[in-house]
Amino acid sequence: MTGRVLVGVKRVIDYAVKIRVKPDHSGVVTDGVKHSMNPFCEIAVEEAVKLKEKKLIKEVVAISCGPQQVQETIRTALAMGADRGIHVEVSGKDYENLGPLQVSKILAALAKKEEASLVILGKQAIDDDCNQTGQMTAALLDWPQGTFASEVAVEGDKVKIVREIDGGLETIKVNMPAVVTADLRLNTPRYATLPNIMKAKKKKIANVKPQDLGVDLTSRVEVVRVDEPPQRQAGMKVETVDDLVGKLKEAGRI
Amino acid sequence: MAAVGTLSRVARWGACNVIGRSRRLIFNRIQKRGIAASIDPSIGLTDEQKEFQKVAFDFAANEMAPHMAEWDQKEMFPVETMRKAAQLGFGGIYVQPDVGGSGLSRLDTSVIFEALSTGCVSTTAYISIHNMCAWMIDTFGNAEQREKYCPDLCTMEKFASYCLTEPGSGSDAASLLTTAKREGDHYILNGSKAFISGGGDTDVYIVMCRTGGKGPKGISCLVLEKGTPGLSFGKKEKKVGWNSQPTRAVIFEDCAVPVANRLGEEGQGFNIAMKGLNGGRINIASCSLGAAHACVQLARDHLCVRKQFGETLANNQFLQFKLAEMATKLVASRLLVREAARALQENRPDAVSLCSMAKLFVTDECFTVCNQALQMHGGYGYLKDYAVQQFVRDIRVHQILEGTNEVMRMIIARSLLTES
Repeated sequence: MTGRVLVGVKRVIDYAVKIRVKPDHSGVVTDGVKHSMNPFCEIAVEEAVKLKEKKLIKEVVAISCGPQQVQETIRTALAMGADRGIHVEVSGKDYENLGPLQVSKILAALAKKEEASLVILGKQAIDDDCNQTGQMTAALLDWPQGTFASEVAVEGDKVKIVREIDGGLETIKVNMPAVVTADLRLNTPRYATLPNIMKAKKKKIANVKPQDLGVDLTSRVEVVRVDEPPQRQAGMKVETVDDLVGKLKEAGRI
Repeated sequence: MAAVGTLSRVARWGACNVIGRSRRLIFNRIQKRGIAASIDPSIGLTDEQKEFQKVAFDFAANEMAPHMAEWDQKEMFPVETMRKAAQLGFGGIYVQPDVGGSGLSRLDTSVIFEALSTGCVSTTAYISIHNMCAWMIDTFGNAEQREKYCPDLCTMEKFASYCLTEPGSGSDAASLLTTAKREGDHYILNGSKAFISGGGDTDVYIVMCRTGGKGPKGISCLVLEKGTPGLSFGKKEKKVGWNSQPTRAVIFEDCAVPVANRLGEEGQGFNIAMKGLNGGRINIASCSLGAAHACVQLARDHLCVRKQFGETLANNQFLQFKLAEMATKLVASRLLVREAARALQENRPDAVSLCSMAKLFVTDECFTVCNQALQMHGGYGYLKDYAVQQFVRDIRVHQILEGTNEVMRMIIARSLLTES
């Protein structure tokens, strides 16, 4: 085992921004809008750095796919404690059409190339809410996966993962190498300290092109139209339970 | 629209429960980063400065803003929170790294304090005073003094206070009366200091006292520690704002301080004090800036939500114009502070005047901005449930301390009228 962990980080529109749909309904406005690291990716980076601090793994590599701006996101990961970064250059139309399938192909290729022991990702991104990349990456690599992790423990060459599932908590033990996706309660990401931000400047970010990894970026999905959710309608107050039942029957609900 | 925004924000977290342990404050509007480009404080900064700013904003939103009102009402000195800030490097931002500081520039410092101030002005202002003291020891102390005090100050294991003002000498600082008579290898201090931020709760006191004759050339700078016999404190003052830091008189009665605790030479004290204040003025102006930034956001949000006469206040031209004026003052202030920070960092000939101009202009303009934001909130602005009144109360004193704005005018006038 190389003791190398790959962490995927995605640059998304900041969670606090009021999203606006473009006038031509082709997508949301991203120009001039504040972007930051996907919150679940922050949790993934934090978990990887924690594992390194416990000396269970040796190196944390932060990876992001996109145009020049994603380097900011990689730098944030470096400031949190990642050792080096890989920027997979994807821009223009390719970037607009970049989805979990393409990203998982890239991550799978990098995982093989870097001989990673573990790939930790956020469970989903807050812009598309796909929740697919981790699962697809594991499938492409034919590696075990532990998704929605709320606890991760490395024990020798196995990983014990506690997963948050609909029925409660499920604990599984998988062989490494494996893919883990981070859920909200896995940890609380640290603040980058001022000294670490300055050290991050010296850490290396390698540039890689998808073609070099032999990855085809064609998308099987086409976004036809993007609309805002409908305006919330006012409700109605009723006096008695009979009134309520009557109104529900009128609306055809029962 | 606000309701839709809230719903879609919660929906974006997927199926998970956000109420449990969200590190983020989803409903804290001040640190909302969806901000108009015209007043965006990150414009013009380097990538590294943007990272510093991000950490400071996150810290302000998560660790300070939720407690700002409580610290004010209960007059609590938030020691644990400040120590957390120190762990991130905020204890000695422009102190050199060899004694535990972060070694950043004055501009980096201004950016950081501006961001922290959006979480709590009073606490950030104290952190800036603490930083100023740590810098003074770092810059003017000898090797032993730097080793002895700076590391603990940078981690905020110990807290510091700056003691210049006396009951009889505020603006006329050089006329201070606290005496320090040399007896062997000690100075014996007699006198008192007034309005000392942190006084009584802090550990390290930087005291300007008279070792020589009248005027500035007779003043020296001594470092004292709490617990020194003869060092006592007055009652805690009741203030309009800055309530998260205690303010007390500091009293010296035959207080013996080793000569080894003197910073620099005898007679150099006033010079050291003034050099400390140049940076302190930029820091205080930066705190005012953060408050104004927060208030412009709060006012803007309120205008979009409050309805009168059948439409939102945002449709009212007078209020639109008022908001535009507030934004303009904010940006002009920010530019002046950052330029003053650059000037000080580069030791330019205009540095002292620019720091004074920045302090004068920014504290006045930002107070006006915050006051107008309160007015825009109407009756709600006067309630302690709303943060805007705390920003107004907290930054009011910035026009007074670290050199009144009248003294700032004296400094600027002197620079214009003295024949060079």
